[in-house]
Amino acid sequence: MGQITLEKVTKAFGEVEVIPPLDLTIEDGEFAVFVGPSGCGKSTLLRLIAGLEDVTSGAIRIDGTDATDVPPAKRGLAMVFQSYALYPHMTVRKNIAFPMRMAGLSQDEQTRRIDQAASVLNLTDYLDRRPGQLSGGQRQRVAIGRAIVREPAAFLFDEPLSNLDAALRVGMRLEISELHKRLATTMIYVTHDQVEAMTMADKIVVLRAGNIEQVGSPLDLYRTPRNLFVAGFIGSPRMNLIEGPEAAKHDATTMGIRPEHITVSTTEGAWKGTVGVSEHLGSDTFFHVQSSIQKEPITVRAGGEVDLHYGDTVYLTPEADKIHRFDQKGLRIE
Amino acid sequence: MSTRHSRSAARLMMAPAVVLLLGWMLVPLTMTIYFSFKRYLPLRGGDLGWIGWENYVRFVTSSAFWPAIQTTLVLVGGVLLITIVVGVLLSVLLDQPMWGQGVVRILVIAPFFVMPTVSALVWKNMFMDPVNGLLAHLWKFFGAQPVEWLSDVPVFSLVLIVSWQWLPFATLILLTAIQSLDSEQLEAAEMDGASPLSRFFYITLPHLSRAITIVILIQTIFLLSIFAEIFVTTQGSFGTRTLTYLIYQRVLESQNVGLGSAGGVYAIILANIVAIFLMRIVGKNLDA
Repeated sequence: MGQITLEKVTKAFGEVEVIPPLDLTIEDGEFAVFVGPSGCGKSTLLRLIAGLEDVTSGAIRIDGTDATDVPPAKRGLAMVFQSYALYPHMTVRKNIAFPMRMAGLSQDEQTRRIDQAASVLNLTDYLDRRPGQLSGGQRQRVAIGRAIVREPAAFLFDEPLSNLDAALRVGMRLEISELHKRLATTMIYVTHDQVEAMTMADKIVVLRAGNIEQVGSPLDLYRTPRNLFVAGFIGSPRMNLIEGPEAAKHDATTMGIRPEHITVSTTEGAWKGTVGVSEHLGSDTFFHVQSSIQKEPITVRAGGEVDLHYGDTVYLTPEADKIHRFDQKGLRIE
Repeated sequence: MSTRHSRSAARLMMAPAVVLLLGWMLVPLTMTIYFSFKRYLPLRGGDLGWIGWENYVRFVTSSAFWPAIQTTLVLVGGVLLITIVVGVLLSVLLDQPMWGQGVVRILVIAPFFVMPTVSALVWKNMFMDPVNGLLAHLWKFFGAQPVEWLSDVPVFSLVLIVSWQWLPFATLILLTAIQSLDSEQLEAAEMDGASPLSRFFYITLPHLSRAITIVILIQTIFLLSIFAEIFVTTQGSFGTRTLTYLIYQRVLESQNVGLGSAGGVYAIILANIVAIFLMRIVGKNLDA
């Protein structure tokens, strides 16, 4: 069981308030992702939940019991660190056994859990190696193995994939998602990468400067971003944000339209423009179109094999029901 | 060093240094070996010709030899033990964030800047003197009979003095090692339920093992040749005669250069045995 509740939690380092009063509930079995630009306090928040930092005020409840002053080891949470934080002088087996050894579990139970974790994570062949002899992905799995054997109420991941190369990252993303489905344990995952957030989360918590900007499922955030920040942060490539007279036509200070919700035509459309840089990804092509409505180019997604080139004149038409409108304060207008 | 040209140029430029170092090492070594086969008594007739291995036999069979070896080992071992145990504790302490960290660190390093002769004299006269020494006053303050350090426990006193000098070195190396410990590892151990003591024994100490071997290696090499501290305190009496000091006595006090040189060759062999032994340990440790 692993419901985690934060009540009016604040954190200040000296004079600097990193996290203003914050309320959040993560339900049992949920995969929650904290996402935000670097320095937004997401890692601090995770460390507060882990108990590695003390809250300045407020309360943290795990399964309804107050855990605010409980030391990290007693909270029943396991953490996977960005650097993996494996113990370099111990073999993989000893690394995984370490938390159980500290808890004083019987040798048989330790062996049973190690074997189980190793088979889940494909580590059986590597149990007698040292972390230095493993690849990045394998080290990551050892770190997860060390977390699994504790049978924690919740897993905490602190940017676990940021040290891996792109291909491995996609693979580990799937593995962690699968692990979550299989264990059905609460997981809290911190990342600055909105793709990781979108692909893995049940619930995304978007943070900026310690404030929660929006909480919701990936598609909620994609469809109805509550403000300009979330609109710009979620979705790849970024949503086009257009100000000025075009936005005024829709009774908004800023209008937002995602690249995938604009139709490109060579003959007619709402906005005329010239094709600038185009990025061919094979399945999709992203055009950066310079138009008369604003200085910054508008990003447009088109199919994989569209015959448009640098300097061509195109017409763009936003899909009317996919336009997001924001007021002066940057909040969404429904 | 990629092309043949740059390789030969490099060799040419290294040559003066290599020649100088070789000469620096070879000349004294050859002279020592040369004298060790001679009967050479500067004040009693000078060079009296070749005598083969006699000096070597006499040096080893002298009643002072084995006690000197023993004293050397006790001295080196004792200093290593104290500097490493206290050094590890001090480095853990100095690694904690605290007020005035910079000043405290400099103070800890300070003994290393004091010349061995000076520090030994300071210890002898200001701390260990049975009448006026600070330690004597301390003992008296508690109503105890002051210890006559340098005659009652001479080897222990020497170990203390030399440890005091070498503690900064050990602390400094261990402190830099401890600072390179990934704090996430300690946090991970904390989350895994390790108490501060287990964190020290399971994480910090293994992390320091490499630095500890390096400290042992370097200190051993220097400690084998400890001389000034003995010279200004006990002059080799009360069982504080180490191998180095014995050689000095043979050459200068007994004016027997040949016998002393033979002892010098033994010292070279001993130092090399220790060095090879330690290199292997360090090599093993550095591989891991």
